[in-house]
Amino acid sequence: MSVMGVNKTFGGTIEALVDVNLDFEPGIIYGLLGPNGAGKTTLIRVLTTLLKPDSGSARVAGVDVISDPVTARTRLGLAGQFAAVDDYLTGRENVEMVGRLYNLSRTDAARRADEVLERIHLTDAAERPVRTYSGGMRRRLDLAASMIGRPQVLFLDEPTTGIDPRSRVDVWDLIEDLVADGTTILLTTQYLDEADQLAARVGVIDEGRLITEGTPEELKDKLGGSVVELTVDDDTRTRTMDTLRSVNGDEPVYDAGSKRISLPAPDGSATLIQVVRALDDAGIAPGDLSLRKPTLDDVFMTLTGHVAEDTNKSPQRGRRGRQPERNPQ
Amino acid sequence: MTTTVTRTRMSPGHAIKDTWVITKRNLLRNVRLPQLLLFATIQPVMFLLLFNYVFGGALGQSLPPAANGQYINWIVPGLLVQVATFGSGQTALGLTEDLSKGVIDRFRSLPMARSAVLAGRTLADAIRNGFVITLMLAVGFVIGFRWQTSLFGMLGAMLVAMMFAYALSWVMASIGLAVKNPEAAQSAVFLPVFPLVFASSVFVPTQTMPDWLRSFADVQPITVTANALRGLILGRDALLPTQSVSGQVWAAIAWAAGIFVVFAPLAVRQYRRITD
Repeated sequence: MSVMGVNKTFGGTIEALVDVNLDFEPGIIYGLLGPNGAGKTTLIRVLTTLLKPDSGSARVAGVDVISDPVTARTRLGLAGQFAAVDDYLTGRENVEMVGRLYNLSRTDAARRADEVLERIHLTDAAERPVRTYSGGMRRRLDLAASMIGRPQVLFLDEPTTGIDPRSRVDVWDLIEDLVADGTTILLTTQYLDEADQLAARVGVIDEGRLITEGTPEELKDKLGGSVVELTVDDDTRTRTMDTLRSVNGDEPVYDAGSKRISLPAPDGSATLIQVVRALDDAGIAPGDLSLRKPTLDDVFMTLTGHVAEDTNKSPQRGRRGRQPERNPQ
Repeated sequence: MTTTVTRTRMSPGHAIKDTWVITKRNLLRNVRLPQLLLFATIQPVMFLLLFNYVFGGALGQSLPPAANGQYINWIVPGLLVQVATFGSGQTALGLTEDLSKGVIDRFRSLPMARSAVLAGRTLADAIRNGFVITLMLAVGFVIGFRWQTSLFGMLGAMLVAMMFAYALSWVMASIGLAVKNPEAAQSAVFLPVFPLVFASSVFVPTQTMPDWLRSFADVQPITVTANALRGLILGRDALLPTQSVSGQVWAAIAWAAGIFVVFAPLAVRQYRRITD
């Protein structure tokens, strides 16, 4: 999979993608992380042949999606942001239909439908109309439809947005299962923990630009070291702060909301041990003490200056390169 | 764009298979949700009953002799055209619904023939239209409608009505692909259709309309198609002295063919270029 210098502008002014470059090896999960309107969906639409970029090139499974979209379509699968399944058809009819459109014969489509329905644990509900399905079941069925043609590369646009936590874990299991079979997966998400949990590589996209890329570990390392976090009683707090200040000269931070004190730990567990010794010498017994690695939340905050999941508080960012309203022109 | 496009062509067999898969999907919806078909049928039947019993008495006297003094004989061929016109609006509604649910995105990402989604949609709507037309004729027959020519003329009239509906389906497909949103499609489709249906010979002969309206009503395709149907069902006397049955039938076929030739490629082009 490679994407070179892709640009896409809507209506002449809205820059949905700006010089995006991606390159990663097959057989992994690549997580594209960014807030609403960052350009994630636009990039997926370019890679799945739905949208032609203004410039740049993109190859999926070795096929140029711009000059040979027909061949590219035989090698990719797409599960969009909304489960694109028909309410009035049964689960089986839905996946079989997509199988037929991937040019499987009638018998092959039926056999593959059995396999994928088994795999998403919907065999029991397969003969029921989809309108009786829960949101999570619909999403899983949509995934089943996207994988019935054995695509080499699967694109999942926010596969767990809007479903309950239980189904979310089911979808995660399914995605991990697929990649274990050698499918390459590109998924977009606004959830940092999702990218952290699933993806071997993560690209952070904001305002149409890919701002950083790497393994979740590499991204976290960009933030520097870990943090020691602890809680103490209110009356020993001042004394604790003084003690921590003496450990390595860094300034401890007290967060009134979580009632936690944190101290940068550039030396990781060595710093933790120093903290424990200092507190012990001062006769302070912390209520809770841990060494925390930075999360992707911290990474995102540092890189973009705003919080990733903070979509409601910045409505002016909502539309860019995204389609629920369906007419940015 | 500097890239050369090596467009891999689909074989015709491939396109036919894809079209059939999509047609079946769209028809299944009517079978699984029979209330859809029921409501689609109730409206024309209601029109038929209302027009026949409310206006029939008053209008029966002023009709051409071929109607045999029965308004029902005049209104049934007209309503066939009305049903065909309104029925074709379903094409726009179905397409916009698929667009808003992301189904069209899925189809466009599949290695299927580009024409199949629209061909399958319009074909399914044509079959559905044929069903509604047949049902309406049956109700008409029960309340007194009789063709005045032959069964052959009657079947010919149904065929012309379905051709017209099929051609209009492509106009509706084009409208649906332009407005994209199901609610907007509702108004975008029925706003132009209502005046076209009423400013025609569907309900009453055009002779009593003011000149400016009549000069439009006489030449527009809904009137031409209604005239063709009346000629085929009621005979030569249902038409103006200057008109002939074959002339009106050929004119109706020419309209349907013309509409299809313009709007089918346009809709396919719009479909290829959906970008949101």
